[in-house]
Amino acid sequence: MRGIAATQIGQLARRSVLRTLRQPSQIVPALVFPLFLLAVNSGGLKDATNLPGFPTDSYLTFALAVPFMQGALFSVMNAGTDLARDIETGFLNRLALTPLRGAALLAGLLAGAVVLGLIQAATYLAVGLLAGADLAAGAAGAAVIVVLSVTVTVAFGTLGLVVALRSGTAEAVQGMFPLFFVLLFLSSMALPLELLQTDWFHTVASINPVSYLLQAFRSLLIEGWNVGELALGFAIAAAIGVLGMTAAAAALKTRLVRT
Amino acid sequence: MNEKDERAGIEAEGLVREFKNGPRAVDGIDLRVAPGEIYGFLGPNGAGKSTTVLMLTTLLPPSAGTARVAGFDIANEGGRVRGAIGAALQEAALDPLLSGREHMRLQTALHGLPKAERTERSDELLGRVGLAEAADRKVGEYSGGMKRRLDLALALAHRPRILFLDEPTTGLDIQSRTALWDEVAGLAQEGVTVFLTTQYLEEADALADRVGIIDHGRIVAEGTPAALKAEIGRPTVEAAPRDPADVERVAAALAPFGEATSATRPGATSVRLAGGESQLADVVRALDAAGIAIEQLQLHAPSLDDVFLAKTGRSLEGAGEAGGGEPGSEEMETVGAS
Repeated sequence: MRGIAATQIGQLARRSVLRTLRQPSQIVPALVFPLFLLAVNSGGLKDATNLPGFPTDSYLTFALAVPFMQGALFSVMNAGTDLARDIETGFLNRLALTPLRGAALLAGLLAGAVVLGLIQAATYLAVGLLAGADLAAGAAGAAVIVVLSVTVTVAFGTLGLVVALRSGTAEAVQGMFPLFFVLLFLSSMALPLELLQTDWFHTVASINPVSYLLQAFRSLLIEGWNVGELALGFAIAAAIGVLGMTAAAAALKTRLVRT
Repeated sequence: MNEKDERAGIEAEGLVREFKNGPRAVDGIDLRVAPGEIYGFLGPNGAGKSTTVLMLTTLLPPSAGTARVAGFDIANEGGRVRGAIGAALQEAALDPLLSGREHMRLQTALHGLPKAERTERSDELLGRVGLAEAADRKVGEYSGGMKRRLDLALALAHRPRILFLDEPTTGLDIQSRTALWDEVAGLAQEGVTVFLTTQYLEEADALADRVGIIDHGRIVAEGTPAALKAEIGRPTVEAAPRDPADVERVAAALAPFGEATSATRPGATSVRLAGGESQLADVVRALDAAGIAIEQLQLHAPSLDDVFLAKTGRSLEGAGEAGGGEPGSEEMETVGAS
């Protein structure tokens, strides 16, 4: 039984990866837009480093955490859109007619998000370092950044699956994208939490999990090894992933009403 | 699979499917399909064909009624039903980014075929449906006919005993349609039970051993195509004179052969042949003896559309929600001017 499940996950993962690699329209925007915003922000907001208490004198280093989160948000759209297309075209029904297990389907679908996450993380990090960003945690820290980035990408990818399964349309998934982006803007994206002066914004950013995910990336870039912030980042990503997978599994059960 | 299951086909009793705030899509269907039989499920768009297929393939639970497919209850033994059936549903659900071979690889693996067998089975089926050369091209580059043939190959990946084909030739050109018919007929000869939905009269006529005609979720007629047509009546012959002034002479010459019916073209005369098709030669001789030059002479055999018309009061062509269907009258024979 375990062998069959492994085969199913493997084959669906292979399909998911092939689909991702064969759609430059999924990969290119997820690479270009975050790097474009990184260039704009690190140029336009570099004077923020003069604020008392700003953790680094390189705004590029501070801002380099943001592309990892933006990339994760693209995975919401990409993973969700792929699944929604399967629902719309009837491909999901084709899969439902095989002895496929729901968990295998979801795991396989997220394989594309893993590949995209790896490509994104490696590109953001390489471009950021080439542009002069610091990496206080060194080579091992780079590896942890990649792992954290893939974890966050997969976690957010599960949210895309939930939206796809509940709505059944790619348009609905794409319509959710701006809402997820608002989460990013209402976080410590531009300034550290401690330096956010507006009360309501500080409150919202303080309860926004994205702030702590950003802080986990920044801890490796700016501080070195801060186990507490790293653990919190991984825990939040894992929690989002677990909640997303649980919700996706429930939505899949409703969507696949096979007897 | 036990011996009993190997011999089982499809049985449904009182099958009903209701949707929220909608009419009954399927309203109490009883049917029995014998093993190895091709059963044609004929009806216009929106008649309930696809909903029936979704229920029989376990993808939609029935609101009421029971059905057994391959000997298994569709409501309680869904997994075992799915193991015994193959299905090509209404839309050829394919991934445009994958090749035909990649589709086969995925399908054979998901059905649990041993790794060593997957490549062999994929190659065999791709060759069988004429896609061997196109196997490594992305499906997005396939024509409609190629997609349908791949869909059929995928449905056969795990050697199902029962095959559901939901409007497999809709939108295909005649050549592709005929190729698919040949393939389906070949499968039936190998012992595969085929449940085929269609809105094409000639498809049901050419392929099906028995036909069930469905309208508004109910089966309104069932039997072999020949028996259904025989139930409706005799063929008609229609003659149009070369000289329009000869219309009455044509009518007089044809009058002894049967009652007059409405002709399909202006200036023509049509009668229902009391003695059947065998009277056609006598009709030609009568017109020749009367010295009438004939522009066109046509024999119209009773069609399944006539059956549909008789049972529902409407023609199958254009009866559905979105139109479709093939011309209702079958032109059996055209004889040139005498």
